[in-house]
Amino acid sequence: MKFTLNWLHDHLETDASLEAIVDTLTLIGLEVEELVDPSALFENFEVAEILATEPHPDADKLQICTVKSGSGEQKLVCGAPNARAGLKGILAQQGAVIPSNGMVLGKAKIRGVESNGMMCSGAELGLSGDHDGIIELDAGVKIGTSAAQALGQTDPMIEIAITPNRPDCLGVRGIARDLAAAGLGTLKADVAAPIQSDTKSGVAINVEGDTCPVFAGCLIEGVKNQASPAWLQTRLRAIGLNPISALVDITNYISYDRGRPLHVYDADKVSGAVTARQAKSGESFVALDEQTYELTPADCVIVDEQGVLGLGGIMGGMESGSSLETTNVLVESAWFDAIAIAMSGRHHHIESDARYRFERGVDPASVETGLNLAVQMIVDICGGTPQAPTMGGQVPRPETKVDFDPARVQQLTGLRVEESEMQRILDALGFGVETGKTWTVSVPSWRPDVAAGLQSSAHIVEEITRIYGLQEVPSTPLPKRAGVARPTLTLAQRRAGLMRRALAGRGMVEALTWSFVSEAQANLFHVADGLKLANPISSELSHMRPSLLPGLLDALQRNSDRGAQSLALFELGNEFLAPEPGAQRFVGAGVRAGLATPKNWQSRAASVDAYQARGDAQAALAACGVDAGALQVLPPQSDSYHPGRSGVLARNPKQPMAAFGEVHPAILQAFGITLPVVAFEVYPDTVPAPKGSGSPARSALDLSNLQSLCRDFAFEVEAQVEAAQLVRAAKGADKKLISEVRVFDAFEGGNLAEGVKSIALEVTLQPKDQTLTDVDIEAVSEKITGAVEKATGGKLRG
Amino acid sequence: MSAEQNLDELETQLMQQISTAPDAPALEAVRVASLGKKGSVSALLKTLGGMSAEERQVKGPAFNVLRDQITKAIAAKKSELDIAALNARLVDEKQDMTLPLLDDPLLEGRLHPVSQVMEEISAIFADMGFDVAEGPDMESEFYNFTALNIPEAHPARQMHDTFYFEPDENGERLLLRTHTSPVQVRTMENGEPPFRFIAPGRTYRCDSDQTHTPMFHQVEGLVVDETTHMGHLKHTLEAFLAAFFEVDDMSLRLRPSYFPFTEPSMEIDMQCRRDGNQLIVGEGDDWMEIGGSGMINPEVLRHAGVDATKYQGFAFGMGIDRLAMLKYGAPDLRAFFESDVRWLKHYGFMPIDVPGLAAGLSNKSLSGK
Repeated sequence: MKFTLNWLHDHLETDASLEAIVDTLTLIGLEVEELVDPSALFENFEVAEILATEPHPDADKLQICTVKSGSGEQKLVCGAPNARAGLKGILAQQGAVIPSNGMVLGKAKIRGVESNGMMCSGAELGLSGDHDGIIELDAGVKIGTSAAQALGQTDPMIEIAITPNRPDCLGVRGIARDLAAAGLGTLKADVAAPIQSDTKSGVAINVEGDTCPVFAGCLIEGVKNQASPAWLQTRLRAIGLNPISALVDITNYISYDRGRPLHVYDADKVSGAVTARQAKSGESFVALDEQTYELTPADCVIVDEQGVLGLGGIMGGMESGSSLETTNVLVESAWFDAIAIAMSGRHHHIESDARYRFERGVDPASVETGLNLAVQMIVDICGGTPQAPTMGGQVPRPETKVDFDPARVQQLTGLRVEESEMQRILDALGFGVETGKTWTVSVPSWRPDVAAGLQSSAHIVEEITRIYGLQEVPSTPLPKRAGVARPTLTLAQRRAGLMRRALAGRGMVEALTWSFVSEAQANLFHVADGLKLANPISSELSHMRPSLLPGLLDALQRNSDRGAQSLALFELGNEFLAPEPGAQRFVGAGVRAGLATPKNWQSRAASVDAYQARGDAQAALAACGVDAGALQVLPPQSDSYHPGRSGVLARNPKQPMAAFGEVHPAILQAFGITLPVVAFEVYPDTVPAPKGSGSPARSALDLSNLQSLCRDFAFEVEAQVEAAQLVRAAKGADKKLISEVRVFDAFEGGNLAEGVKSIALEVTLQPKDQTLTDVDIEAVSEKITGAVEKATGGKLRG
Repeated sequence: MSAEQNLDELETQLMQQISTAPDAPALEAVRVASLGKKGSVSALLKTLGGMSAEERQVKGPAFNVLRDQITKAIAAKKSELDIAALNARLVDEKQDMTLPLLDDPLLEGRLHPVSQVMEEISAIFADMGFDVAEGPDMESEFYNFTALNIPEAHPARQMHDTFYFEPDENGERLLLRTHTSPVQVRTMENGEPPFRFIAPGRTYRCDSDQTHTPMFHQVEGLVVDETTHMGHLKHTLEAFLAAFFEVDDMSLRLRPSYFPFTEPSMEIDMQCRRDGNQLIVGEGDDWMEIGGSGMINPEVLRHAGVDATKYQGFAFGMGIDRLAMLKYGAPDLRAFFESDVRWLKHYGFMPIDVPGLAAGLSNKSLSGK
């Protein structure tokens, strides 16, 4: 919402400075977004007189002018047809910034002739569309006068952000009322008098349907439409509106002055009675924006006996609008239901000042006062004779009265405000107050936001405190629990925090990727039905992610395109399982790509492998409290991974806690990734919560002082036997004595037969009661080889 | 030559051989040649058996003295040679200590700044007794709008450019939450007052430019009891922002505004000034908007099943990404979600950098340059 300081003074009697006004606006909730001081805009522009002109030696249309400014005489080249001796105009001196294009004026040579300064046109100064010549000022203006002064451009423009609850401040008068309440002056009396007419009859107006309960109109005969007077043009330009003609400008002016949208019809193009009603299917009309709109019964239209005149409260029609030839006009001042206008405007994608105001709520009481003001202005500017105004329907008069306990102010804000001050503020804002133990507050018709019911007291408190001053609210600590603050994170949150640091501690870098992926990516990871966005921001981000892997693989690919050879990324976040709130699963996922060990002098360079991904998954599970020793490695359950180089980790085979492995080559190909990639996904929610609150104390530690000893066993087994089977068998051979079993070698080929592999175990024996004898050791060795052979068919290598 | 002379000469000769032995084998050869079975000293000692008692009484001690001297001298020389040999070996074993190391995972890994900032926020609010609540990303219109007092078709729904899913057979359509405020309602529905919690999480809007991304992070805060008022809100925000930005004082301007879910509603402006590219908060004559807040609209309490005639409280919301940008000087929001490893390594945090109130939230001053 834009307005100027002078405009504000039309409604507000005040001697407050611009600075005070601007500061106060922001503090009472009308946030100042921009302040334009035109005197700053016209720095380096001044009044100058052309003393003499002579033809340019090399250009027919150019003249060399000698001009006199406040600082003396200078010569410049000018192409304006009206440049002549004796003309006073606006001279831009060197350093001036031309408002229309932002260019900084310097010394120039034009067709070989030096030009010092520029005489400006209205268009160049951003004041009018006049390109044809330079501005001609009144001969009485003193040379050297500042351009801002000479052009009457001294009125600062203020733009404020209006929150949706304050439609009353979409008019300057509403803003003035707020400022007056805040102590910055007095609201001036309203000026519009009722329409004086000699006639008794007017245009017949009907209203049907719910959207437009009232439509007031006034026919004015014999108007002369023309350019608006300068003051009106200046004001409209100052707020960024182009003056069009007096009739149009007046409606625009009242829209900004009072927040009251109006419409002016060419009465000669309206036949018979005018009706506001819901549109019928199949009706259409051409609006002022020259677009044709197909209407639906949800739209409210204004019709005459021939057809649709306009889309009520949103935009008038091309046919029936006013033009410079118009002599008889019908002025419309109606009221439309906010929601219906919002829906209709949204449906047709029409943005207009009228829609903007009606969908936020126009003061219904302004149906009559707005019409009075419009008719008065039209008659003043364009002449004409008004007929008696007519009205279809009735002005809705929402009588909102709410009970209010003044103690609520302090209860809700901590502010102590005198009751008399509360009363003064409410009164200044137009609220009626009947005091008592509980007050009865009546809400003015221009404040549709202050609703009755549960929230009414909060609204009244807001009005009082925003005007009284929120800066006065006393900063008050919340009561604190005695002692030390308790931990607040849930188990899942604690696990997530530990997982994050465990994975970063393994050299991985945390990424946050979009929650949405492309359709192709979603399908690769088997997205569920119903997870497609109806209005995605792009086709690359159209489906909720069924897995964290596509986002991470995309990130890998982008980094690899930039030349990264070794990458390790992880993310903690939700994957989406079904179209319902809460059908999402928290996952820790990571990818490693390229070289696990880069080229170096100590060891051979090596690519990432599935075992690293398993290590990542185990570390993440350990952060969730899962002992890696308790996990089994089971065959893969997902086709995202290489079927022979992946698996799941589980304590209970029916509920895997993690998946890991090489990413399936088909997926890598789909992502355009040429590096080798391994990945893991960990599901913390599958890890059971500890029973009870638990104790931080550890179990008793039973350590033996006797020396432990190691024995090595190399087994030959069939190739499909898994190492875990050997380890499990060896461990189980003597649970008391065997403290650890470690695989220290695994290979196939060499001098081994086809289909056979060798797995070598180092078994640690830890005696507890007495030192082991050779006989004891021999006995346990036999148990180990026996157990392994029984479980796997493996035999000791000779 | 007398026997005494012979003995002296042998001693001199042996001592010289010992002292000049260049290495352990040479010394061993001297030992064998002197103290060995067939050695010269051993031979002398053997002659004692054939002597008379008187002669033995004279020669015996002399021979034994010689043997002891030689033994000691050999041991001393051996120790000297061992040390020399060790020193020589150590010289030989010299390695180039400047050869570069492989990257240490602990130094290479990083946390995303948003995660770090979320932990900082949780730590501060934990101290003020706020739990951490969570809610779903996909929401119903009820929780995202209706329960927050944003009625059907109200223009306020246009303020949020919402991602929707296709409607189901009943015409109900899900959406991606446009703010974390639905967590307020869900959490209150599932508990009993008093409430004191924050709700951080992902939020979504159909927006994309330098300062808007279709996905971003917000933190919501809420206190509901019988007495909490706007003054408590003000102090809570001042205390949080001072702690978060690690300044002694934080001056806030609460500016009246409008949100359907709070009444009265206020924008939170933080005092600040700019020093070149750096933002300095808590001082200066500029104000920076940092979030929205207000007293919870009683309609919201009602929707959440809380008796609005008895309970009241405040709520606020802030952008986590923005807090991270302001505190750690990351200029472009879009970069937060581009997963460029170079950016993540630069703006990310080491895993050992755990924010806490005892040590301070950021590791800004562990060492000088």
